Amino acid sequence: MNDAIEFLSGALLLLGSFLIFTGALGVLRFPDTLSRMHAAGVTETLATTLLLMGLMLLAGWSLVLLKLIMILLFILFTSPTSSHALAKAVWRHQEHETKGGRHD
Amino acid sequence: MKHTVSISALLATIWLANSGHYTGLLLSFGVVSVALVVWVCHRMDVVDHESQPIHLTRHLPRYYSWLVVQIIISNIDVVKRIWLGSSTISPGTRRFPVGQKTDIGRVVYANSINLTPGTISVELSDSEVLVHGLTQANLNDLDAGEMSRRVDQLEK
Repeated sequence: MNDAIEFLSGALLLLGSFLIFTGALGVLRFPDTLSRMHAAGVTETLATTLLLMGLMLLAGWSLVLLKLIMILLFILFTSPTSSHALAKAVWRHQEHETKGGRHD
Repeated sequence: MKHTVSISALLATIWLANSGHYTGLLLSFGVVSVALVVWVCHRMDVVDHESQPIHLTRHLPRYYSWLVVQIIISNIDVVKRIWLGSSTISPGTRRFPVGQKTDIGRVVYANSINLTPGTISVELSDSEVLVHGLTQANLNDLDAGEMSRRVDQLEK
C-alpha cells in the first residue's frame, strides 16, 4: 500500500515537472506576450496542481496536508487575477503604442 | 450575520491549520486575532455576499467538477501546441457579450476564462469581455457559450 502511494506520488511529481518544463518551453517558443501567457497558464494551473497533489500523497493525514490544500487554493484563486492584470497592462500598452506611434 | 459567521469560521480554519500549537494561551491568542480581523473587515465594510458568496455553495460542486475537466482538456491542448511549435497557433482577440447579471457572476466567468489555458480575459466591462485566445478554435469554443450558460446556472 505504501509503495503504491509513493509510486503514484512520484508519477504525479514527474508529470508536474514535465508540465512546468513545457510551460517554460512555450514561453520561449511563442511569438508575443499574450500568447506566451497561455503557456505560463499551463504551469500555474495543471502543473502546480499535480505537484501539490504529489506532495499531499507523501504528507499523509497531517497538518501539512491542510497547508498544502491551502497553498493550492490560494494559487488557484490568485493566478487568474494576476494574469488578468498582466494581460490588461499588455493590452493598454499595445493600444498606447499604436495611437502614440502616429502622434510623434 | 451569516456572512460574519462564515468569515469567522474561515479565519479560524486558516489559523488552526497554520498554527499547530493547541495550548490554552495560544488558542486564546488565536480567538483574539480572529475577532480583531473580523472587526477590521466590518469597519472596511467588506463582509457581505461578495466576499463570502455562501449563496453559491449549493451549485458550486457541479460547476467546479465541470471546470476541472475543462482545465485538463485545455491544458492538454496547449501542451500539444507548445511541443508542435508556433506554426500550430493562431492567436487573436474577440469581444464576447457577458450575460451575467451580478458582479460576482461576471467575475466567476472572467476567472474561469483565465483558469483554462488557451483563453485570457483582457478587459471586463458590465456587458462585454475582451478575450485573447491562443487559437481561433479556443475562441470558437467560448463563443458556443457553454461556460457562460454554466455560470448563469451558478448565479440562480
